[in-house]
Parts: sequence; structure tokens; C-alpha cells
Amino acid sequence: MTSSPTLSRRSASSAPVQLRKSKRNGADARAGYTFLLPWLLGFIALTVGPMISSLYLSFTNYNLFEPPKWIGLDNYTTLFQDERFLQSVGVTVGYVVFGTPLKLAAALAVAMLLNSKRRGQGFYRSAFYAPSLIGASVSIAIVWKAMFGDSGPVGQGLSFFGINLGGWVGNPAMTMPMFILLTVWQFGAPMVIFLAGLKQIPGELYEAASMDGAGPVRKFFNITWPMLSPVIFFNLLMETIHAFQIFASAYIISNGEGGPAGSTLFYTLYLYLRGFSDFRMGYASAMAWLLVVVVGIITLIFFRTSKSWVHYSGDSR
Amino acid sequence: MTTMATPTQSTPDTTPAYNPKSESVGAKRAKSVVFHAAALILTAIVLYPGLWMIASSFKPNSEIGGQNTSLWSNNFSFDNFVTAMDGIGGVSTLQFFTNSLILALGAVVGTILSASVSAYAFARINFPGRSIFFGMMIATLLLPFHVVIIPQYIVFQQLGLVDTYVPLLIGKFLAADAFFVFLMVQFMRGLPTELDEAARINGAGHARIFFSIMLPLMKPALISTSIFSFIWSWNDFLGPLLYLNTPDKYPLPLALRLFVDQTQSSDYGAMIAMSVLALLPVLIFFLIFQRYIVEGVSTQGLKG
Repeated sequence: MTSSPTLSRRSASSAPVQLRKSKRNGADARAGYTFLLPWLLGFIALTVGPMISSLYLSFTNYNLFEPPKWIGLDNYTTLFQDERFLQSVGVTVGYVVFGTPLKLAAALAVAMLLNSKRRGQGFYRSAFYAPSLIGASVSIAIVWKAMFGDSGPVGQGLSFFGINLGGWVGNPAMTMPMFILLTVWQFGAPMVIFLAGLKQIPGELYEAASMDGAGPVRKFFNITWPMLSPVIFFNLLMETIHAFQIFASAYIISNGEGGPAGSTLFYTLYLYLRGFSDFRMGYASAMAWLLVVVVGIITLIFFRTSKSWVHYSGDSR
Repeated sequence: MTTMATPTQSTPDTTPAYNPKSESVGAKRAKSVVFHAAALILTAIVLYPGLWMIASSFKPNSEIGGQNTSLWSNNFSFDNFVTAMDGIGGVSTLQFFTNSLILALGAVVGTILSASVSAYAFARINFPGRSIFFGMMIATLLLPFHVVIIPQYIVFQQLGLVDTYVPLLIGKFLAADAFFVFLMVQFMRGLPTELDEAARINGAGHARIFFSIMLPLMKPALISTSIFSFIWSWNDFLGPLLYLNTPDKYPLPLALRLFVDQTQSSDYGAMIAMSVLALLPVLIFFLIFQRYIVEGVSTQGLKG
């Protein structure tokens, strides 16, 4: 029994110990659920239960003080006539569609730059990662607001080059670029993940391609992109889902109002205002469920389309 | 792509033009200079907001805005920090620090306890329903949590727990941050099963295997979990915004918002000094644990 682990495992599954094994299965089930208990409790009490109640609330009028009143689909139909809601969708979609690809492009470009055995790589990697750790904080939102404010260094710096945009914070046309810059600035987290992916691509592939006379562009599209596609997929999915949920920066930069002219009224900010300023909790629940459905559909589309461009190692190609 | 199959060692010397190893020393050095120039310019751009924040926190108000874009000043002083330490709404900044610390340490303890135990069940115990629950756990990673905040708020309000730390901490003790459970499951799956198999043969139960074999081996995963749960809790804004009403219970992000509201941007210097103070622990954490943090992101992120 003691000679080697593989031997003992084999003997454990042989006929005479069958009885002990089924007993062990029962014990395993009990132990399994005992160990799982914290997560299971949280899952039921903090996720599944609230999800069901918010689905119910989304069909009601509820202000926290009077009992919910069933109104059927009214919240959902009202949503699509609510100009502020439609605006919040526009703002959020714009942010996701422009911010996320730009952030990932920056992350991939810098990761490729850093992917070499040069000195200082660790320093650059840490320096570029740092913004990801603090970018969503209230402190950085305050700094961003000051930097892009009327007399902040960004407006001043640009006017030095003859570009007179003034402050970005008060200009509805410039708030979106400001938020996109804020998310692009946090390219470090996906960059670190890209870098780890790049390191796993065998160097022989590039050497072989070089000998075949392939240039950098062909190497990128024929080696880097397909070999990295699972990592690109992972980053794209996670960053897209996270982008939908931007809140603290929007709240702080717009003083919790989504201004100027609703240009920073992000989806979650409007949801918060509806639910916790106006106490229209049924309405806010409908918004929350709509977000879940949309994120679910996007995830599904990502996974469906991934088959055509994501190549997992082991695929014959 | 056919060359992939052929052995590569046969040709390198005959095709020097395509072999990076045969580059001249000069070309190599030039490439290195270009690399460092690009990387340094990028570093300057990326670090500029941080440097601007730190520089501004030491500048008098009159120099933060206006025509002044430079980071340097001849009038650096600690005045802004003195104002910032006074706090806001009759509460000292030290109190806000204490509150943030209580919440962050609570989050670390709760997450470590609940996530490690739950992860052990997923990674090491065979029980019916395991794969279904695991799938659900992964699904919650993608779930926008806004869908649960309204009912959660209603329940905590009815239990009289609004304006306490219970709503902010209970989720941590119930492994509600699926990310950490997932991280630990992935880590445990990488540990050799021979150890616990041997322990089981010798009659050890799951409790003993978990505490005396798994936990000590999981140190790296526990450290990255601690670091990240601390920082996330420290930076959390929405949770405290929803649940806390009285300023003396505020953690730093809420105190900052109060500061912004009440001074209405009139005292930029003090506001930025307080922002610096609020980020200080995160920055110190990062400087000490940057290896862990960056490695953690690259390995755990990849395994998704």
C-alpha cells in the first residue's frame, strides 16, 4: 500500500474495497456540502434570491415605503419612452464600443513592445500596471476632473499646441473622450495578461516564419493573433462586461448628476439615481434586468462567434 | 507554415539575413535605444496623472490651475495635508482611515475564510451537483451585480442594518466575490493530489486535509487574495454609498465625495491632498507586493 501513490489508488478501486468506496461517496457528499456551505448560502441569499425578487419588482411600482403594486410590463415599456434612459444607453454603448477596443489595442501594442528579453521590462510592466489598480477609485476620478477641468493641465497643455478646447469636464462633446482616456489609461491589466500569453508562443514559430521571408505584419496576423486569440477573447469579454458597469468615476466627475447635458449619464448611474434618489425601485429593477439580459446576450454572441476566430492549443491548424 | 514541422536547427547559418542572432552589435544597440526611448516616453505619459496629483497636493491653490502646467513649484508645502487631515463634516480624516481599515481587514478575513473553504469543496471533493454549482459560480463572475443591489438593500433596510457595516461585510464571509473562489480553485487544482490521497489512506478526513495540507500549500493564492480583496474593499464606493448615512462611519472614498460636495472645488489643494492620502495604502501595497500583484494578474487572468 505504501510503495507508490498510483499503486495505492489502483488498489483502492479494486473489488474488495467497493463497499468502503460507496461509504466514502456518502461521506464525500456530506463533506462537499459542508465545505461549500459559505458559498452556497451566499449564492442563495445574496444572488439567486435577490435576482428573483428584482425580477418580480421589475413588474411593480415600488418606493420602499408602500407595498409593491403589480403593473405588468409598464416599467419596461416606459423605459423605451424615457429620454434619459435612452440617453444613458447611448452614453454607455459609446463608452463600451470605443473605450474597450482602444484599451485592448493599447494593451496589446504595449505588450508586444515589452515582450523581449530586455532589461527594465519588469519596471515598465509594473509602472504600466499601476493605473489599473487605482483607476476606478474616487481619488483618481477627482484627479481626472481637476486635470480635465477649465484650468487643468490638459486644456492648458493642448492650448499650447494651438488646440483650444478649454475644459473637457464642462463640455458635453468632450466628456466621452475624457472617460475613454480614463479607461485606456488603465490598459495595464489586460497588457499583463497579453504579455503572459505572448510568452507562451514558441519562438521557433517566428524563426521559421522569418526563414520563409515573412515580415512583421504577416507574422502578427499568422502567428501572434491566432496563438493569442484565447487571451484576446478572455480580455475582450471581461473588459466589455466591466465597461458596462462603470460607476464611481461617472458619479464623482458629474457630481452624481450625469451632466453636463446628460453626457456622462452612464447606465449604472441612471439606475442608481432612479432607485436610490427617486426611490423608483421597480423601475430601477427593470433597468437592472435589462442590463443582465443584454450582457448575457453579448456573452453568448462572443462565445458563438469565438469558434471562427479563437484557436485553442491542440486545434489542428 | 509548413516549416513548423521541419527541424529548425538545419539552416540558421546559411540564411543570415533572416536570423536575428546574427545582427550586428550596432543594430542591436540601436534597437535597444529605440525600445527604451519608446518605453520611457510611455512611462512618462502613464505616470503623469499620478505625478501631477502628488505635485498638486503640495502646491498652493493658486498654482494648481491657472497657466501652470508644470509639475514643479517653488512654494511646495504640507499645508494641503494639514487641511486634509482636519477631515470633513466634523469627523477627522484619521477616523475615515480607521473605518476604511476596518472594512478592508474585515473583507480580507471574510474572503480568505469563506473562499478557501468553498474552493476546497470545488477542487478536491467529489459530490453530486459539483459541476452544476461550479458552472453557476463561473456565471456569477459575469453577472452585473446591479441586479442584486435593490433587493439586498430592501432586505437589509427591513432588518435595520442600514448604516452598519453588516451589509458591506456579510458578502465577504459568504464568498460572494466569485473571482476569489475561482482563483483558489484554479490554484488548488494545480497542487499534486498524491498528498491528500496519501493522507486519506492514512485515515485523515477532509477537515484535517484542508487545514494541515491544503492551507499551508495555498500561501501564494491566499496572499494574492488578501492583497486584492484589501484593495478592492479600500477603493469600493458604491457599497458604502448605498448603505452608510452618518459621516463618522464613512470610509475614505465616501469622505472624499463629501469633501467634494462641501467645498465645491474651492479648495482643490486640500481635495487632492486627501485623494493622495486615500490612495497611499494602495500605493504602498503595490510597491511592496508588485511582484505578487502583477504575477497574480497574469497567471490567474490567463486561466480563465
